[in-house]
Amino acid sequence: MVAYNLYIFDRNCSCLFYRQWAKVKECGISPEEERKLLYGMVYSLKSLLSRLSPVSTRDGFIGYSTDKYKLHIYETPTGTKFILNTDHKAGDLQEMLQHIYTKIYVEYVIKNPHYKLGTTIDSQLFVKELDNYIQSKPFFTK
Amino acid sequence: MGIYSVYIISKAGGLIFSHDMSYPQGEGEVEYSRYPVQGLVLEEVDRNIMLKYGEVQNPEITGQPVIQVGYSLVSINGEPVVNKCLPDGRTALSVIDDPSSFPIKLKFKRLKASINERIMLMSMLHSIYAISVRLSPEEGSKGIQCLEAQHYNINCTQTRTGVKFIVVAGKSQPKVPELLRKIYELYSDYVLKNPFYSLDMPIKCELFTANLVKVLDSYERERGSIYSTTTANN
Repeated sequence: MVAYNLYIFDRNCSCLFYRQWAKVKECGISPEEERKLLYGMVYSLKSLLSRLSPVSTRDGFIGYSTDKYKLHIYETPTGTKFILNTDHKAGDLQEMLQHIYTKIYVEYVIKNPHYKLGTTIDSQLFVKELDNYIQSKPFFTK
Repeated sequence: MGIYSVYIISKAGGLIFSHDMSYPQGEGEVEYSRYPVQGLVLEEVDRNIMLKYGEVQNPEITGQPVIQVGYSLVSINGEPVVNKCLPDGRTALSVIDDPSSFPIKLKFKRLKASINERIMLMSMLHSIYAISVRLSPEEGSKGIQCLEAQHYNINCTQTRTGVKFIVVAGKSQPKVPELLRKIYELYSDYVLKNPFYSLDMPIKCELFTANLVKVLDSYERERGSIYSTTTANN
């Protein structure tokens, strides 16, 4: 199985972090535009799912699957979104994304005194820890 | 619950068919003895007054709010609110803002999506479907097959001609892709072969609806659930 890429967005639609592990198809638009498109899509999907929900109006959005890839999303109460693309064979990765949030993002980004909220993450330690964690997973391939 | 609703979207993104197997549940009543109503933010949405912010918690069970965001105001002191107004012609919001109408009892209910709302949501899904193909990290993706929320899934399939079939189903419902194919089969048998049906127009074929209900029933039974079917003809 393959993990393609990970995006971290804050609640103001700015992409704080992007990391890519596998070759990704060019979609013909600039990376900035692509991230805006992705954020917009996730944002509308979230409102769509809560409007259509037969159960509760607070239904959370977990992700979607297509025949080629699967998108997983984890949203924190403060609105930070972790979006991970994997291939379609992956199972439920909510726990993994939660681990990335609590054990890697909070530890190496939020607790970093030099990090200002809402700015791009350029901590090498964070990238290293994230890579180690993703590579330790059985589905990771180069 | 197994299957909640079925939608069909034409290739242009218009909703041409919708059918509900069950309606969203949930209602609650709250009483205020003194002016003003605190903690609730109400907003006019279409013909309803909807709760925009603030939940009313159940004093007995924590974590299970009586009134949730998204519920609409249905009655004040037992009098129904229709078109944002009470039977005597006063608007509901003016009654809530009037100190002399207290103590006041507000009843909220989760309403089913109006047909306008459905059309809007489905055209949204139509464009999101296209974006998901564009953003695919792999070549040749066909778009969203299953949208996952915490408590339910939305399953989609697109035919070669661009018509989309959408089934909103519970997490425990098995064989949904098979059901989608079955609905496609019914669509081609009872809608496309109907000489009075013109392409991309709303589907109003009794035979199609009747057969669809039959198929949905059989899939429901397969799941082994007991439910009361409420047939909706919008």
